[in-house]
Amino acid sequence: MVHQYKNNGYNIVLDVNSGAIHIVDDLTYDVIALWEETSREEIIQRLNKTYDEAEIKEAIEEIEELQKNGDLFTPDDYEEYIGDVTKRPTVVKALCLHIAHDCNLACRYCFAEEGEYHGRRALMSYEVGKAALDFLIANSGNRRNLEVDFFGGEPTLNFQVVKDLVAYGREQEKIHNKNFRFTLTTNGVLLNDDIMEFANKEMDNVVLSIDGRKEVNDYMRPFRGGQGSYDVIVPKFQKFADSRNQERYYVRGTYTHHNLDFSKDVLHLADLGFKQISVEPVVAQETDDYAIREEDLPQLFAEYDALAKEMVKRKKEGKAFNFFHFMIDLEGGPCVAKRLSGCGSGTEYLAVTPWGDLYPCHQFVGNEDFLMGNVFEGLKRTDIRDSFKSCNVYSKEKCRECFARFYCSGGCAANSYNFHGDIHNTYDIGCALQKKRVECAIMIKAAEAEI
Amino acid sequence: MKHIKTLNTRKLQNTVKKGGCGECQTSCQSACKTSCTVGNQTCEHCK
Repeated sequence: MVHQYKNNGYNIVLDVNSGAIHIVDDLTYDVIALWEETSREEIIQRLNKTYDEAEIKEAIEEIEELQKNGDLFTPDDYEEYIGDVTKRPTVVKALCLHIAHDCNLACRYCFAEEGEYHGRRALMSYEVGKAALDFLIANSGNRRNLEVDFFGGEPTLNFQVVKDLVAYGREQEKIHNKNFRFTLTTNGVLLNDDIMEFANKEMDNVVLSIDGRKEVNDYMRPFRGGQGSYDVIVPKFQKFADSRNQERYYVRGTYTHHNLDFSKDVLHLADLGFKQISVEPVVAQETDDYAIREEDLPQLFAEYDALAKEMVKRKKEGKAFNFFHFMIDLEGGPCVAKRLSGCGSGTEYLAVTPWGDLYPCHQFVGNEDFLMGNVFEGLKRTDIRDSFKSCNVYSKEKCRECFARFYCSGGCAANSYNFHGDIHNTYDIGCALQKKRVECAIMIKAAEAEI
Repeated sequence: MKHIKTLNTRKLQNTVKKGGCGECQTSCQSACKTSCTVGNQTCEHCK
């Protein structure tokens, strides 16, 4: 399968099954479009009014050479392979710990419903957290790198437990020959020097929630009393990012129907000095006034194009920053097994509630149909695990025909469930945006190859 | 090549035999909590 498109003056050809990316001239672009359903002679006949015949023959030879080397029109031979991958024993390697089902903000779009996840307010105790780490170690098989995200609600509302669990993890990793990678996701309200110092020492990554421009952030991310949070968090986040040498963190925002011009928010965050930025579309029900709608897509596509172009320009000017959804690792990216099998929710990645219940991921927390067990007694509902395990790009009809399938791995199971009541489907608006982001990310790589 | 410039990429076919060790980062642990972004993850063996 080949996906070809034009973006920012580049003719880009993606060979989906090998991951090879080619930048081609207009002639070759037109030849490739005809390649699979047209004979060589007919290609020459159809194009010789526009292009020189000798040049067409040259392009054909170059295409044949790439095809011979497995860099173009590569067949998809992975479907049987994924069967072998999914038969392997399941290990757990990552936990999202809901340290606090409570929050000091009242964000309008929060899937956790102001931190409470359709349930009661609660803080995770040290005993529950400790049992969660024990559960992770016990179920991690021979995986050495184990990930624990301190999540919420707002985890700084229960920070002593975070500190104690990190200490426990550091002690246990030596005993069991594991390597814990801790991350913290915070809204920044309670950030102080003590938390920053601790996080800089212990957290592999920190995710700092902010939506962008003051008016955008304050509309969606107010305190419970209605006041905006921007002025409280921005100076703290700037200090925090600098104290981490502008590495191993993301400022992370959500854009909605109310700020379809979200590229301005990304650039605003860049202008505030942040170098690691992630801003992604809200996932909401159609009835929510802030939900992204299908008719918003053309504007959002234009926004991604404009942002990508601006990023190329800023890089040339020495003012580069990273945008998470345009990052793509071409030379050291994931293997096919990872690309086919998705995010690992419900199998190698689980969420833990403050009282120790296990769910497939943070987005399923509170939906009793997905309660899988708890950290004290272990996984009870192996049928849920097996259902998630069978979820891959070949189990979803729409992914089979999609050029982006090796970049999103079939998309988010929770999004699929929320829109179709089935984890083996796809969230169409999310897919459209994901495809656009992949196209932009590749264009940026093409432009960078020229710099 | 005269008409085609190829970017350096890791050939996916070549990752079949040795891939799948599972040591790499879980995508939702990085910066997306509501989408699935895998293509930007780095292979633990390529670091």
